Amino acid sequence: MFKWIQQFFKTFLLVELLKGMAVTGRHLFVRKITIQYPEQHTPMSPRFRGLHAQRRYANGEERCIACKLCEAACPAMAIHIESAPREDGTRRTTRYDIDLTKCIFCGYCEEACPVDAIVETHIFAYHGEKRGDLYYTKEMLLAVGDQYEAEIARNKAADAKYR
Amino acid sequence: MMDQIQNLLGPAWLPIWTLVKIMVIVLPLLIGVAYLTYAERKIIGYMQIRIGPNRVGPKGWLQPIADALKLMFKEIVIPTGASKGVFILAPVLALAPALAAWAVIPFGDTLVLADLDASLLYVMAITSMGVYGVILAGWASNSKYAFLGAMRSAAQIVSYEIAMGFALVGVLMAAQSLNLGDIVRAQEGGFWRWYFLPLFPMFLVYLIAILAETNRSPFDVAEGESEIVAGFHVDYSGMAFAVFFLAEYANMILVSAMTALMFLGGWLSPVPFLPDGLVWLLAKTSFILFLFLWFRATFPRYRYDQIMRLGWKVLIPVTLVWLLVMGAVMQTSLGRFFH
Repeated sequence: MFKWIQQFFKTFLLVELLKGMAVTGRHLFVRKITIQYPEQHTPMSPRFRGLHAQRRYANGEERCIACKLCEAACPAMAIHIESAPREDGTRRTTRYDIDLTKCIFCGYCEEACPVDAIVETHIFAYHGEKRGDLYYTKEMLLAVGDQYEAEIARNKAADAKYR
Repeated sequence: MMDQIQNLLGPAWLPIWTLVKIMVIVLPLLIGVAYLTYAERKIIGYMQIRIGPNRVGPKGWLQPIADALKLMFKEIVIPTGASKGVFILAPVLALAPALAAWAVIPFGDTLVLADLDASLLYVMAITSMGVYGVILAGWASNSKYAFLGAMRSAAQIVSYEIAMGFALVGVLMAAQSLNLGDIVRAQEGGFWRWYFLPLFPMFLVYLIAILAETNRSPFDVAEGESEIVAGFHVDYSGMAFAVFFLAEYANMILVSAMTALMFLGGWLSPVPFLPDGLVWLLAKTSFILFLFLWFRATFPRYRYDQIMRLGWKVLIPVTLVWLLVMGAVMQTSLGRFFH
């Protein structure tokens, strides 16, 4: 009988509902966790795989030796390489294209590269206005590498001890 | 100066003066609707540990203006199968009662557009008309989702109107009047005299019923996104959609103001040493509106049959029994407890 009365008041005084409202009421004053994107960023791992870049050595020589391991490793067949000997006798690429519309950003090209020439950067906010704009040629990849070399080197160094 | 203008305009004076008074009520109401949507997004956002809109203007204050502009410039698409005249008429039918009911709401002791003796009855009658807009919108859209939403919402509004009406009968028994101004004046003398205390069960029933009446969460099956997309207004776009939105929020403000008037003492101040005034009515209305948003952030949507069961098998019996108890008690010497 007592239980029945208790249940009656619990139901009609909406106790359960008030408990729920207490939870949301408390959260009204909790510190907000929204990241306001263009101004704020979430932390990013040094291993983040974004837009590709071709790197150079400090003396300005391009790293790539046209071994074509990246082309072989690429599961999406997004990389196309043609090579020929340069005047000084070394083997170099005459063509190094990555089709970013095919690329799945798995990072295998970066893993395969014996000289750390092809890398993936932190850049994820880029766009193309035509389909062809996302077909990156050697010059474009080298330009990305030249622009972000400091950041790339820093991320490589940060990750080196885990490799 | 008033007399000079009156002489200048002659017989045109009365309609013009009435129009001015209507504008003075409707314009702040529409601004209130706009900022209620902003408050809703902000408060629900905060309860979900987000920060809500903050990009347009300082702290997002201009967001409702931007939304209104966007909706005004959008095309009103009329579906091929729709009944064109009714399709356009429906939003108007939804909005008009929501605005018309404000004619009798007293904002202060003498501050009322039309001081009717049966103003409570008038509000009940006018707000009931709002359901026609919903039904006609659902029917005229010639869409299954819209039709289902309209039927649900019509059934829901009609059933909860009964519980709401009975709750109000309690108020008018206590106040011995149908005039909203007199109902408020009967609650004079501090917050312990307001009707939400002696009529507490009625107050709860009324709070639940107004949620269902305005199709607000947790009773928003009429526009349950996960089941029927948006319910009765699924085919509306642009300004026609905005008018439905305006009607919904104007209704929310209206029923909140009604709650404030009938259960929370309207413009009366809670303690005798503070002066009465419009600010109290606004504060109480805002509080009820805040509850609306709080409920929406807290409760999951009721299933349709649960809504019907709650309305018919719980709220109506509860109000009926409480009316009987009230009527009996008022015949005894304990009757002054109620007034």
